[in-house]
Amino acid sequence: MVNENLVKDVVKEPYKYGFVTDIESEKIEKGLNEDIIKLISQKKEEPKFLLDFRLKAFKKWQKMKEPDWAALGYKKIDYQDIIYYSAPKQKEKISSLDEVDPKLLETFDKLGIPLTEQKKLTNVAVDAVFDSVSIATTFREELAEHGVIFCSISEAVKDHADLIEKYLGTVVPASDNYFAALNSAVFSDGSFVYIPKGVTCPMDLSSYFRINSGDSGQFERTLIIAEESSSVSYLEGCTAPMFDTNTLHAAVVELIALDDASIKYSTVQNWYAGDEEGIGGIFNFVTKRGKCLGKRSKISWSQVETGSAITWKYPSCLLLGEESVGEFYSVALTNNLQQADTGTKMIHIGPKTKSTIVSKGISAGNSKNSYRGLVKIGTKATGSRNYSQCDSMLIGDQASANTFPYIKSQQSNSEIEHEASTCRISEDQLFYLQSRGIEFEEAVSMMVSGFCRDVFNQLPMEFAAEADKLLALKLEGSVG
Amino acid sequence: MQSKMKESGPILEVENLSASTDNLPILKGVSLTVYPGEIHAIMGRNGCGKSTLSKIIAGHPSYNITNGDIKFLGENINSLEPEERSQSGIFLGFQYPIEIPGVSNLEFLRVSTNARRKFLNKEELDTFDFEELVKEKLEIVKMDHAFLSRSVNQGFSGGEKKRNEILQMALLEPKIAILDETDSGLDIDALRIVASGIKKISNAQTGIILITHYQRLLDEIEPNYVHVMSDGQIIKTGESDLALELEKKGYEWTDNFIKEN
Repeated sequence: MVNENLVKDVVKEPYKYGFVTDIESEKIEKGLNEDIIKLISQKKEEPKFLLDFRLKAFKKWQKMKEPDWAALGYKKIDYQDIIYYSAPKQKEKISSLDEVDPKLLETFDKLGIPLTEQKKLTNVAVDAVFDSVSIATTFREELAEHGVIFCSISEAVKDHADLIEKYLGTVVPASDNYFAALNSAVFSDGSFVYIPKGVTCPMDLSSYFRINSGDSGQFERTLIIAEESSSVSYLEGCTAPMFDTNTLHAAVVELIALDDASIKYSTVQNWYAGDEEGIGGIFNFVTKRGKCLGKRSKISWSQVETGSAITWKYPSCLLLGEESVGEFYSVALTNNLQQADTGTKMIHIGPKTKSTIVSKGISAGNSKNSYRGLVKIGTKATGSRNYSQCDSMLIGDQASANTFPYIKSQQSNSEIEHEASTCRISEDQLFYLQSRGIEFEEAVSMMVSGFCRDVFNQLPMEFAAEADKLLALKLEGSVG
Repeated sequence: MQSKMKESGPILEVENLSASTDNLPILKGVSLTVYPGEIHAIMGRNGCGKSTLSKIIAGHPSYNITNGDIKFLGENINSLEPEERSQSGIFLGFQYPIEIPGVSNLEFLRVSTNARRKFLNKEELDTFDFEELVKEKLEIVKMDHAFLSRSVNQGFSGGEKKRNEILQMALLEPKIAILDETDSGLDIDALRIVASGIKKISNAQTGIILITHYQRLLDEIEPNYVHVMSDGQIIKTGESDLALELEKKGYEWTDNFIKEN
């Protein structure tokens, strides 16, 4: 048939972030034990409380079992076959961007994230993380004028130890789950954000995570604290080279919002997904959670998940403060042999708390895409409300979609609403658009972005356009 | 019938076309030639192959051409993609216009119009210029601007869907329009709007093929030729009075032609 031939003819655009930067790295030996953890901590010149935090987490991790409840199938991970610290070799102390290895700057240039003073993005501050370390953070001085702290978590450990000690692990405790425990033991770098009382962060903040090494995992840790009546919009992007082995990425993100504070956290995840046969790709096991500690605080997650061979991710909100608000807007796209098990948890603890969940799953090729979500309304959460909408779109007849909504309500004076739907892009719809002069690929991407519109509307402007393009790219040649 | 010499060449030539779907033959040797300015009507029972013929001309992927050719402006288009056919000026008005949730009608119309304009080496229109153009064309089908902000055909009534098809035809300015039962499901007022829309859009350079069961559309738009199809073939061709006779005598009357042949 015409369409099948066309699909075969389509030259697939390769994963354009798949290059490797040829740079000398300082790597520690493979494997995980107390000595390795001590070595990481020592390399980062950490205070004792943090080493203790790590070692405690490691002890817990050793007693835990890798979870197997997700609808995912993958080869067992050998945790002793991973390098837990890999940093590009650089001068010991870097005082300005001029001292950063040009190869690293060039890498981020190629990724569309220029860092140098002349070229840096004007409307967003960037923290660039390369394997285990943060390379540079832009606009630090400008932000500091507003009292905003934006730096790598390693620097925060040294310069703002009090805040780290006070908040680290308070939203995602080390014992939370297997991957969170692992991260707590070995995390290397990530971003730290502190917005002081009453401050609206003057620009978007963003972190860009780049995995370069093929045999080391990336274990980043991000902590964002929004004090009373402050607000911040934070963006996160990720890419990795194409290797035929799987690389482990186990991150932890903790958000804390105090009274009347608001945090908007947006992710465009485009880790290498493996090839058409499912060889290679990132194993993405991420724990993201926000605590709405204060009254009327608000935490909003929006994510566009298109990469990774395996995605295991449930950005969640703990709604403690009275009238606090949690939101989760997600587009998860899987193609070829990708597998995603993603969703959210909205835990209503305080009274009159409100949550919204909008999830759009798109499965193409032979991929597997599951939404898994929990809405829990506790005994004190009177007058709370949740609205959930989970839609799945299937492309082709080999892909699968699942929805696993769990609802637990412990009191009656609350409302929970759940809607779900599944649709398929039909040949008739495609023919209709094509018969109006719209190219096959564009027709598919129009329908997909139409399907995702509710979520894209939640993304910051430039992110929404990028997400749209990304989905179109990912779907090339996926419809037969 | 089209043997007399014309000033310019034909827009569309269907030559001895046979086609099948899932190895089931649907068309069994159809020939049809349309010159600029001509209006052809194709009539026939349900399942005679009328809609299939229109879909194949537009390039529907579910059908295989097993024999014969389709030529558009003298060029064989058998292997062209549907979008290429549309861009070059072939328009199919759907019997059942398809709903596309989430895609705004306005954006759809703009992308579609620009695809055609690009082919014609005309400047593509941005949202503002397109607004101007579409406003003008909405007049032709007497549609409200509010239709543009809805998803393509979603929640449209039968009549609204058909008017949306004619709006697309007005924007695309095709060389040939094949209108598959555009009149079905329309009340008298809507039928008049649609018919007058078709007349406004067509001119001496365009060809039109009307696929219909009913005389009432042909009262509004008088065809130059009427073809009767049965079992994948054109079994009789006449002028507009053939349609009237057909209406009087019913399709049973045409069964005799098959026996005669």
